[in-house]
Amino acid sequence: MGTFHQGKSELHGITVVVDTTGPEVFVGRCDDMDARGVVLDDVDVHRDGEGGRSKEDYLQKAARFGVFKKYDRLFIPHDRVASVRRLGEI
Amino acid sequence: MPYSPLLVKPMRDELTSLGVKELLTAADVDAFMNEKQGTAMLVVNSVCGCAAGMARPGIRIALQHDRRPDRVATVFAGQDLEATARARGYIADIPPSSPSIAFFKDGELVYFLPRHRIEGRDAHAVAHDLTAVFTEHCAVPV
Repeated sequence: MGTFHQGKSELHGITVVVDTTGPEVFVGRCDDMDARGVVLDDVDVHRDGEGGRSKEDYLQKAARFGVFKKYDRLFIPHDRVASVRRLGEI
Repeated sequence: MPYSPLLVKPMRDELTSLGVKELLTAADVDAFMNEKQGTAMLVVNSVCGCAAGMARPGIRIALQHDRRPDRVATVFAGQDLEATARARGYIADIPPSSPSIAFFKDGELVYFLPRHRIEGRDAHAVAHDLTAVFTEHCAVPV
């Protein structure tokens, strides 16, 4: 059974980490990514230091078990995106 | 909205043809989970091609291993809503993920393979992870 990418980014359907130039880091399923930014579905967000956890602490747990979503869908503009990587690679 | 049953049937059959028991209701899930003794693997199946398309063949390969779980069952996320919700209730501390695979020993969760650990990998890599768990937790066949 193939994947229904419908001409979207190669990360379509993949769970990614979007780190930002600010304190937030997002984890969600990539719907699409282009020059305007990244669209994520089923998204959690963590702010550096929130709950006493750094971004890295948060990502280590997220990589192990996944995340509980806070938002159904979010758009992160390109100028806020520092990096995009697969959660499965952490 | 659930996909057409016709579309989903081959994805169900891919597991049930291996002898994986399909849990269609909350009562089915309770009956499966209430049997605590031994090892049990619960697969949350899904339509997602990125991950489930590799999870199912990975499970098929893994179940050819000489050590296997005593019981294997599946619920279908987005299709069998009641059964999936009940199954997730047994691992409520873990974020919902589909496809995913939970492995229990004597009723305790000892391993969880979430969707993001399946995405982008091939069936043999998924099977490798599962057989490592089988080797650690499943009894040697007599």
